[in-house]
Amino acid sequence: MASVSPSQALLLAMILFALGLAGVLARRNLVFLLMSIEIMLNAAGLAFVVAGSRWHQPDGQILFILVLTLAASEVAVGLALILRIHQRNASLDADAAAKLKG
Amino acid sequence: MNAAFYLAAAVAVTATVLTITRTSAVHALLYLVVSLLAVAVVFYVLGAPFAAALEVIVYAGAIIVLFVFVVMMLNLGEAAAAEERRWIAPRYWIGPAALSALLAAELCYLYVSGAAQPSGGAVRPTVVGAALFGPYLLAVELASMLLLAGLVGAYHIGRHLFADGAARAGPDGPRGE
Repeated sequence: MASVSPSQALLLAMILFALGLAGVLARRNLVFLLMSIEIMLNAAGLAFVVAGSRWHQPDGQILFILVLTLAASEVAVGLALILRIHQRNASLDADAAAKLKG
Repeated sequence: MNAAFYLAAAVAVTATVLTITRTSAVHALLYLVVSLLAVAVVFYVLGAPFAAALEVIVYAGAIIVLFVFVVMMLNLGEAAAAEERRWIAPRYWIGPAALSALLAAELCYLYVSGAAQPSGGAVRPTVVGAALFGPYLLAVELASMLLLAGLVGAYHIGRHLFADGAARAGPDGPRGE
């Protein structure tokens, strides 16, 4: 049985990362920006796992776990900040939060 | 094995495209869950079952629940309730449900046919755990510090949020009831 070729899996990671980047560039809603960042982090983790499975080493999955902790803490702080911005501006527009002076 | 990978990859790309093109955050979250589940199947096919389990538990579980909570807190009031009633219409959840059913059928097929193991052999969770608490012990400690920093930061930001909200919502009664 033929196994999955790493180049195709890396291509999938690249497509997912490009989609997340397009989402960050195209959307103005802060929740969608955070979701797109999650997609990009997930694609980076996928690339790590692909590399780890190519050489049959556990390092890829370990780096995926580290990316996972980074994504979890990032989303916690990011969502709290979104709630603050929504409370202050009554809007989720990223441009409405351009002035950070408190 | 290759067919399983292609199917999961197609589902992941489709769900991600639909995620970044939705106008409603809840619909986008539904597709984001499907995308993360599809990536978990890709991990499984690639021979990383531990990463696949973590993807389902932490990403599609915990992180999406955080998103859902925040979207719930942002959409308060009568207009949001009316929107909620409209969202229960089948045409909003039929897309994610169909993609999830596709993934479930693929997983059942992999399980029944015994084709789940890649030819090169999977990297078992025991190997990952041994490396995690062997040479990567310092990285694990740093990750725990990162999580603690995220916890303290989120609490610090959210504490002021609720203090201000309670003070402002005083005469109108508590919000979000």
